[in-house]
Amino acid sequence: MAVVQKDDIKIWQRRERGKQFAIWAGYLTVTALFVYCFQLISEKTVWFFVLDAPRQAMDMASRMVPVKWSYMDVLWVAIWDTLNIATLGTVMAVILAIPTAYCAARNTTPSLYFVRPVALFIIVASRSINSLIWALILVAIVGPGVFAGVIAIGLRSIGFCAKLLYEAIEEIDENQVEAVTATGASNAQVTAYGIVPQVLPAFAGISVFRWDINIRESTVLGLVGAGGIGLQLNASITNLAWTQVSLILLVIIATVVVSEWVSAKIRHAII
Amino acid sequence: MLRIEQLVKQYRTGDRALKGIDLEVPDGQVMALIGPSGAGKSTLIRCVNRLVEPTSGRILLNDLDIRSLSQSKLRLVRRRMGMIFQEYALVERLTVMENVLSGRLGYVGFWRSYFRKFPQSDIDEAFRLLERVGLAEMCDKRADELSGGQRQRVGICRALIQNPELLLVDEPTASLDPKTSRQIMRLICELCQERKLSAIINIHDVLLAQMFAQRIVGLQLGEIVYDGSPNGLTPDVLTQIYGEEDWEATIENVEEEDLEDEALDGGPDREAEHKKTPELDRDRLSGLT
Amino acid sequence: MTTTTLSRTWKKPPFIKSAFLRWTLGLAVAIYLALAFGTMEVNWTRVAEGIPRGQRFLAGFFPPDFISRWPEILDGLNESIWMTITSTVVGIALSIPIGLGAAKNLAPKPVYLFCRGILAVSRSFQEVIIAIFMVKLFGFGPFAGFLTLSIATIGFYGKLLAEDIEDIDPNQAEAVRATGASWFQWLNFAIQPQVLPRMIGLGLYRLDINFRESAIVGIVGGGGIGATLNTAFDRYELDSAAAILLIIIGIVMVVEYSSGYVRRWMQ
Repeated sequence: MAVVQKDDIKIWQRRERGKQFAIWAGYLTVTALFVYCFQLISEKTVWFFVLDAPRQAMDMASRMVPVKWSYMDVLWVAIWDTLNIATLGTVMAVILAIPTAYCAARNTTPSLYFVRPVALFIIVASRSINSLIWALILVAIVGPGVFAGVIAIGLRSIGFCAKLLYEAIEEIDENQVEAVTATGASNAQVTAYGIVPQVLPAFAGISVFRWDINIRESTVLGLVGAGGIGLQLNASITNLAWTQVSLILLVIIATVVVSEWVSAKIRHAII
Repeated sequence: MLRIEQLVKQYRTGDRALKGIDLEVPDGQVMALIGPSGAGKSTLIRCVNRLVEPTSGRILLNDLDIRSLSQSKLRLVRRRMGMIFQEYALVERLTVMENVLSGRLGYVGFWRSYFRKFPQSDIDEAFRLLERVGLAEMCDKRADELSGGQRQRVGICRALIQNPELLLVDEPTASLDPKTSRQIMRLICELCQERKLSAIINIHDVLLAQMFAQRIVGLQLGEIVYDGSPNGLTPDVLTQIYGEEDWEATIENVEEEDLEDEALDGGPDREAEHKKTPELDRDRLSGLT
Repeated sequence: MTTTTLSRTWKKPPFIKSAFLRWTLGLAVAIYLALAFGTMEVNWTRVAEGIPRGQRFLAGFFPPDFISRWPEILDGLNESIWMTITSTVVGIALSIPIGLGAAKNLAPKPVYLFCRGILAVSRSFQEVIIAIFMVKLFGFGPFAGFLTLSIATIGFYGKLLAEDIEDIDPNQAEAVRATGASWFQWLNFAIQPQVLPRMIGLGLYRLDINFRESAIVGIVGGGGIGATLNTAFDRYELDSAAAILLIIIGIVMVVEYSSGYVRRWMQ
């Protein structure tokens, strides 16, 4: 109760003094931290370049128009590759995420003390290493091209899909599982009848959601040689072909917006 | 016949849920297990099919010691015990038919069940049961589209299609309104009679227990404090089970309310049920279909 | 009971009711997969060659070498942390007005479209693309990274904020408006309490994402641990690269656990 009695008058405050104080202290810490960090960054910054940036930006913008629409002929293939990287990568990730999630969920894992930590480590490792870094490594191993991109996206997405999926598995209604067990069903049957129907909608939603994210991710893999539209972007920037760059940027926006819309529609239809 | 000897369950937290239960349920007997929450009712019936592992003691189903069984043997015994749950525990995203057929999982192989290719005899039986409880037209509805009473009927079908010798019933009416509760209890008891099943019904509603069960066992803090006929439930006994309270009203009203209820819903619904009742017995169910 | 019921068959009702649609969809998926695999030129000899190379590569990772490049790693980590903190603060601060403007139930149509446009553009570009341009404009170093992550944060946070505001309970908002509250009072009493708890959680989540992304903006010159990682790869100092990757994984784990803890504590 944040009411203080003071000479017959009840003074109402939103929060108790200690709590209010803690909140102010929190704000103060964040501000101080921000100022401190920003100062460190600015020490490493050449401010001349920064001040020059608006002029540079105007210059760059002026060189980006008119958009070179004829370049589209080359880009269609790149768009197709980008879509394939995202889709096939997602398919691969989903297939691998199912067993991983099954091993990571507390209620289905075969062994709580050995298999589960391993599965959790796979999930964290896959999630914390960006697909670009995966691509960097994979291009060195399997050579440049779409294939490296697919695997990079796949490896990056396993963690994401498996994490959401295993959380969904842990949240299922245990009563339904118990009821199926009580009929004398085998473990495989309990999974197929008690668990799968409960997590199927979540699973479909997760896959589509990740596919949408992967479209965006796969636009940059070309920068390290792993195929897709990033390849053209990189080439155009190095050749200072700014009219092509602007077209590529427009195409990326269009692709991402469309894929976002498709994914929202599909998720809506599933639920 | 089910015999329980010196059954003890101690949870890992140290709670002793059951403190040496001795109980015998003869074939064809419908027994109600009453007691306050936390008395160990749920634990007791879950120990019977080992959804909860007992700590010590013996459970004998027709002289077969359930506790000594391996996992695969246990599955074979679980087929012989149908279970009905408090919150129905239907797999909500499966259809009514799939839920009923899931009662046959112990009898068919994994891939058959995975592709939903159950033997025709199972499907015939499922339709017969659904018709018996009046839900045959609902068979392709998803379970989460049904009302509470309908769901519990599906739950009953799922238990019965296992062709069990024993029904384990856990608070079948806890989430139903009073009228549906009685209908469900009546259905369970009728089906037990038709099929000569024995049943252990966990129930916290003393009234319903008295109305439908042939025998009542009172459980308190993991021990049996009453075992006898429904008529023997005097206020003293109830006080012993549940603690101090004015019990006169509860007991006296039984007869009246029962009559009232019969008058209320005993009409078309009940007659229809009677008409639908097929002349089935267990031999025919198990062998001839 | 009649004999007809005895021979009734039952099939699982199909997920897609119309048979035509079912088959067309199946066929479309099959054709797409065939085409996709067909155009994915996998040079299997190259892959086969790559396997021993990959093994050497992986062998190069072990044992991770934390020591010989430790000063650089520490530098990179520091930069990453500064970038993470500043960009999260700035990004969230900027995304609040944009998010408010992008909520359908709050903003007039032109403002709504404008703000949604900003969000769509900043969300469309992966951080690396933004970083390339930032580095071009503002020069190498953490400042470019900081700007990149701020822009990415606006896209992420602004969109979620707008969606959260659109999902609020309109009754509560109406009730506060009925008291004669001004627009800002209404915002403070009706909107803020409804969206704040989730937004705090999302802010912490974004902190986590920004740290992870700070590892890649460095690849194109945006400073931070990514620059160190890139240098390590370029110099084929794979053992140092492995050390950096392990550090990233470790920090992400710590941030994730602690942010989960903080979120629970806040509620």
